[in-house]
This record gives sequence, structure tokens and C-alpha cells, in this order.
Amino acid sequence: MNDILIRNGRVIDPANGLDEVTDVAITAGKIVRVGPCRAAAKQIIDADGQIVAPGLIDLHVHCREPGHEEEETIASAAGAAVAGGFTTVLAMPNTHPPADDERAINYVLQRAGEADLARVLPVGCITKDRAGKELAEMGMMAAAGAVAFSDDGDGVASSLVMQRALQYAGNLGIPLMQHCQDPELMAGVMNSGPVAVRLGLGGIAASGEQIMLRRDLELVARTQGAYHVQHISTSGSANLLRAAKADGLAVSGEVTCHHLLLTDAACAGYDSKYKVSPPLRTASDVEALRRAVADGTIDCLATDHAPHSKEEKELEFGLAPFGIIALDCALGLFIKALVETGLCDWPTLIERMTAGPARVIGRPLGTLATGALADVTIIDPAANWTVDTNTFVSLSRNCPYHGWKLTGRATTTIVGGKVKYRLVDK
Amino acid sequence: MAKKLSTSSRKTKSVPAQAAAEPAPEALVWRRKDLLGLDELSPAEITHILDTAETFKEVSTRSIKKVPALRGKVVALMFFEDSTRTRMSFELAASRLSADTLLFTSKGSSVTKGETTLDTARNVAAMGVDIFVIRHGQSGAPHLLASNLQASVVNAGDGSHEHPTQGLLDIFTMRQRLGGIEGLKVALVGDIAHSRVARSNILGLTKLGAQVTVVGPPTLVPAAIASMGCTVCTSLDEVLGEVDVINMLRIQFERFGGGLFPSLREYSRLYGMNGQRLKRCKKDVLIMHPGPINRGVEITSDVADGPNSCILQQVTNGLAIRMAVLYLVSQGNE
Repeated sequence: MNDILIRNGRVIDPANGLDEVTDVAITAGKIVRVGPCRAAAKQIIDADGQIVAPGLIDLHVHCREPGHEEEETIASAAGAAVAGGFTTVLAMPNTHPPADDERAINYVLQRAGEADLARVLPVGCITKDRAGKELAEMGMMAAAGAVAFSDDGDGVASSLVMQRALQYAGNLGIPLMQHCQDPELMAGVMNSGPVAVRLGLGGIAASGEQIMLRRDLELVARTQGAYHVQHISTSGSANLLRAAKADGLAVSGEVTCHHLLLTDAACAGYDSKYKVSPPLRTASDVEALRRAVADGTIDCLATDHAPHSKEEKELEFGLAPFGIIALDCALGLFIKALVETGLCDWPTLIERMTAGPARVIGRPLGTLATGALADVTIIDPAANWTVDTNTFVSLSRNCPYHGWKLTGRATTTIVGGKVKYRLVDK
Repeated sequence: MAKKLSTSSRKTKSVPAQAAAEPAPEALVWRRKDLLGLDELSPAEITHILDTAETFKEVSTRSIKKVPALRGKVVALMFFEDSTRTRMSFELAASRLSADTLLFTSKGSSVTKGETTLDTARNVAAMGVDIFVIRHGQSGAPHLLASNLQASVVNAGDGSHEHPTQGLLDIFTMRQRLGGIEGLKVALVGDIAHSRVARSNILGLTKLGAQVTVVGPPTLVPAAIASMGCTVCTSLDEVLGEVDVINMLRIQFERFGGGLFPSLREYSRLYGMNGQRLKRCKKDVLIMHPGPINRGVEITSDVADGPNSCILQQVTNGLAIRMAVLYLVSQGNE
């Protein structure tokens, strides 16, 4: 007898080129059959009119634990993840202290195991203490379970350190994830341009992102390391990534829902909820990024879920921290930016949220293939709902999408063959 | 907003009886609770403030320089950043309107103990304040207060954003000296990038039909400033003979620390206003400076103290402008 039988859903598994109405059977935490199934099951989920997809993966989440548990914990982030349809999230290492050794990696895995919700996979720092000077103990962190390395929050400014990191991590078969921003060119607090000038706020130029990306691509070509550019925000960066892929480099990239939906004009009222790093750019950047997702230049959709307390965000725009949360509502936002605009069909959207990110970290996730881990997200594509941050599982509320009307949301999230979230239960 | 007001109208219905002689035929009804910048104001509203200031200007000529317009009201002067003339000007303006004033300076205050701007303001508001006048080093700080407090908020200069009352008093002075704003050619010279005075001047002047050219080294003039409706020039000598007004701005060293131009000597040589340059200007060109002046850097003493200069007149007019603004926002919050 199967543990779970999901019946009559539109099963979309981009990793296997599958898009048909059928059944999915789960037993002992694994997918045992995708196809018509009459066998009995302990639990039957009627997915008529819904999409059955591999579990969504978010490569970019800040869990804030250890250090700022009042903003988020590994458990609350994992809860927000399953509520948003994500079965796997990557925990960024810019915690306090930073996750730059195997003990920190073990801590993340232990806390994630205790939470037993979404899979929370640890990312280790590229450099010790995220200081950009000396390589962190990548080998031991990889052995402990780190799936990638990043100094997220800051880019690795030193070309020499970055070159060594690419060589070292490449040898381990682990990707480097880079927050591309030249530190000397990011003295501002929002996108450099007419809006910043009018508001009297310091600008962060698009070139600050592109200069570091351009440099890194040169280093990738020399070292053959695996490289992933985080939260791409400019059309120029998308063009650089496109050209690098055409040259055959092992590079990938992600974009956030913010950079697909919002522009720097949103900062006009000095509302710090719109302060994010990299900053919100222009309408033409948004358009270029959407097209880069559609044509496959950008491999993954990510949230850069960055919780902050109300007190921190209630400061002057220039003093408030960067960051927006979106785990709870991201799927609807991506649907709005990409499916409703006609740029992506459902299989493409799901590919960028499942197989695409799984490919980046080289893990056997993001597929409904027989024998795969039973991570499944069931989506009601027609569900009309309004974002209400008061209902978020995340501990923070720094979300500018409160009140947005969205269509499409996760109704069921299954992790390792166990139902971790059902919308009807609410 | 209400009906349009002609620029020639100097008396309005909303001016207190003690100051006004007769109502204008098409009076604008002021509805704004706050004055955060000139960006948000219509040309008619800017003109209305200037016209209201005209009537308040007369108060300062009386033997008893006081009207009861804000009697019983409390004005809190929240100065999170150093200031001399703006703070004293607002304080005197409030006093001439018969308001009680509270003065806050961040030095020695709870802010040094870590209290946030908003919490500080909330605590002061709990004392029954009607109007907050805020000077702050962060752009947008007055907006943060305005959206969180019931009281009126007047921006007395926020970061590199706006200094609306300085912009208004500059425009007021130009109108007084040159008879009108429409068609005027105005040069703003110096540190445009970090100047809140520049932004308020550009916004106010262009809304009233003046042509504004910003002049300075490229490192102090962001290219995107042109999107605000002004033209950009990197040579002061190129514009000297063409403009009716030259407003020299202070170099805001405290905002960028240095490194944006090679030396003060070079800056003064290329962008300083001096007697030689004055000779190449129109004979009746108006020389302005919002102060404090770095004598010998932005402007030499012979020009600053000469007949074309209206620097002290700007200070005098600032009082009338601030009386008008305090009075109007008080009306707008009722």
C-alpha cells in the first residue's frame, strides 16, 4: 500500500520532460510511480485542477540563526518555506557568528533536523569570518554537508582570494555563490539614477555589480570552478551571464522576485521595506531579467528571504538594513512576474524553481523521477489570494507585498514523503 | 488641491486677520499637514507660501513683532544636525507667531544613548507638540516622522534631499529683487550632488518657470540631475554672462569627506565667484549663497559683501518664509 497517492493532477516534471494529467504514488519517502495508479494508499490527495510539481527549491534564504533568532530561526524559516511551497532551502552563512567552519555546518543541519519541515541545506563561507582575506575550511565544511560556499552580503573583493576560492571549491565539486558588488562602488543605499538623485540618497551603480561579475567570469575561465551569481539585478549582468554560457563556462545565476517585480521608483516614499541589496533597478532591467529567465540565461528563481525586525526597519532609509522577506508568498510573485506576463509557461517556471536550482548544487532533488526523494509541491494555479503578512510563518514582517492580490499558491507541500503543509488545514 | 492662485496675489483668505489686509479673489485653501519638500508642491502652492510670507514680512517691521496666529501651539525644533541660522530663524518665526517652542539638539540627548529618531520624536510628541521642525543628516527622516506622527512636520533640511524653506526664501528673494521668477535664468554653482538647497531650488524654480543651470565639477554634479528639469554645465565661465542669478553653494565636506576634486585651490580657481568673474556677468546679476560661507573658496569677500549680493536679505526673508510655513501647516492639520 502506498503512503500517499496524489490523483488526477497536472504533473509537471521538467527534469523528465513530463507534463500530463496523471497520478503520483509515494511510499517510504520516495516517488514510486508517476502514472495511472489504482493501488490503495493510506492517504489520497485529490489534485484535480492543480499542478503537481517537484518540491520547490530556494537557493537563497537567510535563517538568521545563530545570532538574530528574534528575526528568524532555522525552524521558522523552514516553516515559512513549506507554507510557500518550498521543500528545500539553502541557508546563507552570514549569521552571527558566520558559518565558516564544520561546527557551524553541523549546527544548521542539526537545527533543521529538529524542525523537520523543509530541508535546510547549509552554505558555508568562502572566507574566514566573511572577511574576504583567507579561505575558510571549505574541505571540512563540504564533508560536513555544506552544499555551496558564499560570503553573501558582501562580494569577495580580492581577485586573488576569489581565484584561489574557485580553484579550491572547484576541486571539491562545490559551487561558489557570489554576491556581486564591488565594495568601493556600493557606498549608496538604492539604485543610482534619477530617483536617487531626486531623493538625495546615495546611489549604487549597476556597474558595481557588473564589474565584479566580469572579473569573476575571467577567473572562472582560468580556473574552471563552478560559479553561481546570486541575485542578478541588472540587464548588463544578464548579458554577461548569457555570453559566458555561450562561451561554455560552468556558470549559473539566480534572480529574486523583487528584481522581477519592483523598480527603484518604489523607494520614492523612503519606505525602508523597499531597501534591498542589490537595489531595485529600473523598468528596463526588470524587463531584461524576466526575459533572461524565460530564455534560460538565468537558471533559478530565489527569494533572498532576508528577515529584519520592525525596529530595525523603522529607521531612516539610509540607516535601515537591506532586506525583504518573501518565502511565504514567493511562488505567487513569480507567477505574476513570469506566467501572467506570458513570458514563461508553467513547465518553464517550475523548471527554474526545481531542476534548475538542483542542477546548481548538484543534488538529486527537483524531480519526480521514480526512486527520487518524495519532495512534492501541489499548486492551485487559479487560487486568488491576498498577501497578508500577519499570517506569515516567518517571524519577520519586512515585506512590501502586503496587500498584493496574487493568483496561484501552494496548497500542499510534501517533504520526504510526509505532508508538511496543507492550505486546507489552515 | 484647491483653486489656482495667481502669482501676483499677495493676500489670501488663510492669512490671519492681524496680518492680512484684504482677501485675494481666488484664495488657495492650504490642506497640507506637512511641508516635506518642494517636490510635492504645485506651482500655486509655492506661490501661496511666498504670498503668505509677504504678509508676514510686515510683522517684523512693527514695534511689537508678534501676532497670535499660533498662540497655544507648541513647536518642537528637532535638530539632529548642527545649524545656526535655520534653527534661530525657525525659533524666532515660531516666537513671532506666539507659539511655545521646545528645542532639541542631538548632542547630549537620548539619541546619544541609542534612541532612534522616531522614538525620540514619539516621546516629544507625547508632550503635546503641534509642529515638528526637523533637521536631520539622513534624507527622508522628516518623511519617517510625518507618516508616523499626528503632528505637522516641517523639513528644515534632510541629508542631501531638500531644504524647502531655504529654497522658498531663495525664490522669495529673487522675486523680490527681480520682480518675478518666470523666465529667469538661474545658475546653481558648486556641490550639487550633496546639496539639499540645490534640489529645492531646482524644483521650486523650474515649477515657477525659471531656467536652471547647475554648474560644478563632474564629481559633484550627478548626470541624472538633468532629469529634474535643469541643464548641466561643468564650466562656470561659460554661463557667467547669460544668467540673472548665481546661487553659490557650500561644499558639503561633511557629507563626502574629500577626494571628489583635487584641491580647494583648484576648486576656487575654477568654480569660485570673485570680482573678476563678476565683471563678466550681467550688471544687475544677483549673487546668492545659503550660508555658511567659506569666504575665499566659494565666494570672495568683495562679491559676498558687494552690491550684487543679497546674502543677508536671504536671511531676513527666511524669517517671513518660516512664519508662513509654520502658519500654513498648522492650518492644514486642523
